[in-house]
Amino acid sequence: MATSLERRRLPLPHDAREGVLPGDAACPGCPIPMALKVISAVFGEKAILVIPACCTSVIVGTYPGQSIKASIVHVPFASAAAVASGISQALKARGVSDVHVIAWAGDGGTADIGMASLSGAAERNEDFIYIMYDNEAYMNTGIQRSSATPKGAWTTTTPTGKVENKKDVARILIAHGVPYVATASVGYPHDLYSKLQRARNTRGFRFIHIHAPCPPGWRFDPQYTVRVAKLAVETGLWILYEYVDGKLVISGPSRPFQDPSRRKPIEEYLKYQGRFKGVTSDVLSEVRKYVDENWKWVLKMATP
Amino acid sequence: MVLKIALTGNHAISYAVKLAKPEVIAAYPITPQTTIVEKLAEMIESGELKSRMIRVESEHSALAACFGAAVAGARAFTATSSQGLLYMHEFVHWVSRARAPLVMAIVSRTINTPWNIWPDHSDFVDQRDAGWVMAYAMDNQEAFDLTLQAFKIGEDPRVYLPVMLGIEGFILGHTTMPVEIPDEDLVDQWLGERRQPYVIDGSEPLGLGGLTFPEDTEDMFYAIQEAQESAKKVVREVDEEYGRIFGRSYGGLISCYWCSDAKYIAMAMGAWSGDLIEAVEKLRGEGYPVGVLRVRFYRPFPIEDIWSVVRGVKGIIVFDRAISFGAWGPIYTDLAAGLSLYTSNLPYMANIVAGIAGVNVTSDDFYGIVKSFIDSIEEGRLTRNYFAWVKVRR
Repeated sequence: MATSLERRRLPLPHDAREGVLPGDAACPGCPIPMALKVISAVFGEKAILVIPACCTSVIVGTYPGQSIKASIVHVPFASAAAVASGISQALKARGVSDVHVIAWAGDGGTADIGMASLSGAAERNEDFIYIMYDNEAYMNTGIQRSSATPKGAWTTTTPTGKVENKKDVARILIAHGVPYVATASVGYPHDLYSKLQRARNTRGFRFIHIHAPCPPGWRFDPQYTVRVAKLAVETGLWILYEYVDGKLVISGPSRPFQDPSRRKPIEEYLKYQGRFKGVTSDVLSEVRKYVDENWKWVLKMATP
Repeated sequence: MVLKIALTGNHAISYAVKLAKPEVIAAYPITPQTTIVEKLAEMIESGELKSRMIRVESEHSALAACFGAAVAGARAFTATSSQGLLYMHEFVHWVSRARAPLVMAIVSRTINTPWNIWPDHSDFVDQRDAGWVMAYAMDNQEAFDLTLQAFKIGEDPRVYLPVMLGIEGFILGHTTMPVEIPDEDLVDQWLGERRQPYVIDGSEPLGLGGLTFPEDTEDMFYAIQEAQESAKKVVREVDEEYGRIFGRSYGGLISCYWCSDAKYIAMAMGAWSGDLIEAVEKLRGEGYPVGVLRVRFYRPFPIEDIWSVVRGVKGIIVFDRAISFGAWGPIYTDLAAGLSLYTSNLPYMANIVAGIAGVNVTSDDFYGIVKSFIDSIEEGRLTRNYFAWVKVRR
C-alpha cells in the first residue's frame, strides 16, 4: 500500500527547494546542491554556513548574489571549525539562540588542511554542526588526491591509483567523544534529513560525514549520482550509522548489509566510475578486506 | 575611580582589555605574549570579566575564531608574538579585507630560526601590507592607552578596520612600571557599544566573501586604502579626546621631543625610543639642535605629520629595529618613499638598523651614532646618505 510506504519515510518539507535557489554554478549531477536542499529543509534561513575553500565556494554563486537563502561566511581553507567556534560563541554572548552555525567543508578542508581546527573545536565541544561533504578528492582545483580518496582511485596526482586507504574521519571524531557523529549519503536524503534533525536537537559538537559522488571527478555519467551513492552503501563500502551518547547505531539503509551475503559485489560500484578503471585484482581484494575490517569495527561498536 | 598600579606591559594590556569588555577572547600560548591571556583567564574565572574565552589549538584558529566572533557582532581580542603571528598571517589579511574590527596585541619577538625569544620589530612590520591599523607603544602606560584606543579607532565607522598594537617582549612585556587605570564608567561612556559595518547573526540571510569579480574586488580594496587615510584623522581625534577625558595625549600618529627648533631629527619606534630620547637630551645639553620623532602609528604611515616636522631640517637619521633583507629598514623605506612625494630636495638621510634579535642598544650607543651623523654634516664630511647595520657586540 502506498500510504504505508509514505509513512515509513520522513517527509521533506515543501519548501525544501526554496532555500536553495536554482541556477547555481554546480556541475550537472553534483551532489552538493542535493545535500544543501536537505540542510535548508531542516534549518531554513536560520543557519549560518561557514564554508572554507571548496566546490561550494564557487557553487553558491558570485558577489553580490548567492544561491542559498541562509547566511554564508566564506573562510580560508584550514579555518572552518575555528571561525564557526567564534561565531557560535559570539551568538551565545549576544543571546542569539535560534540560529544554527554549520561548518560546511569538503574532504580536503576537513580530513587534510582543516583537521587541526576540526579536532580543536571537537575537543572543546563547541556548539555547532560540522558537515564534511566527501567527494573524495580536491575536485574544485582539478581532482587531486586527498586523504579521503579511497584506495585504487585515479586522481590527477595519483595517476596510477591511490595506494593508501581512505582516512576515516568519522572514527576520528568518535575518538574525540563528541555528542553526535553520523555518516550519511546524498543517495539517502531522508536518512540525512533525520540525522540533521537529530543534530539540530543536540547541543555541543556534532559531526556529519556525507558521502557525495562527484560525476566529473569520479568519471561517471551525471545521471548516476544517486545510483553510485546507493551502490556505495549496498556494496557495504560506505556504512551509514549514528553515534550518540557512546552508542553506535547502524542506520536503516545499511542495516541489511551487516550480512555480507546481502552485499552487492564491489565491482558493481566500481564499474560505473572511470577513476577505478585501472584497479587490479590485487587492489580489489585489498578493498574487499578493507570493507570487511570496517564492518567488523562497526558491528563491534554497535554491540551493546 | 582612577587607580595607579604597578603592571608589566603585558598586564597593562590585559587591564585595558578588561575595560573594553570584549565578548570573545581567543588565544594560543606563545612566549612572550602568554601572560596577557593568563591574566585575562584569571579575570574571567574570578568573574571580574564576562568574556568567553576560546582556548584554541593554534594561532591560525585564534584569529579565525576572533574573526567569526567579530562578524557575528561581538567585540573580540587576541594576542600573539613572532611565529604565532606569522602562522596567523593568512587571517591577518582576511580580517582586514572583511572589514571586521577587532584588536590584537603583538608582544614582539624576533622571527626564527634559530630559536630566539628576544625582541625586535620584525614580526610586527611583517604585517604591514595587510590593511590593519598598526600602533606601537613606548612604555606600559602607552600600551594600556593604545589598547583601549585600538577598540575605539577600529570601530569608528570612518575606519572599520582591525587594529594591531605592539610592544617589545620582555623589555616592556615583562617589565613593571606604574600604570594609571581610568574609571570604568568613564571608559564605558567614552568607548560605547560595539560598532561594525555588518553583522552576520542569522537575523537575515547575508553572505560574506563569496566569489567576486576583479572590478568589485578592487573597489573593496580601494575602500581599505580610503579607510586607512581617514584613520589618520580618527587617530588624532581619539588621541586628543582621550587626553581631554583621561589626561593623556601623545601627539596622535607621532610623538615629538624637542622638534620645534630642531635642525636634525632622529626617528624610532617602540621602547628603545626612550633610550634615544635620553641620548638626544644629552646632545641638547651640549647644544646640538636635534629632536626625536617617535612613530606611534606604522599604518597608516603618518607621512603628513612627519613632513610637518621634518620640513626644512638638514638631516634625518632613522633607527629601524627590523630589516628587509636585501633592502633597508622598513620605517626608513616608508619615510624615503613618502618624503619623495613632498619634495625633490631631500635632507641628508641615514638609516641605522640595530637591536636585531634582541641585541641591546643603549642610550650611549644612540648618543654616539646621532652625534657622529650631525658632526659629519656640520663639518662637511658627509657627501651622501647612508645605510648601516650597526652591530653592538661587546
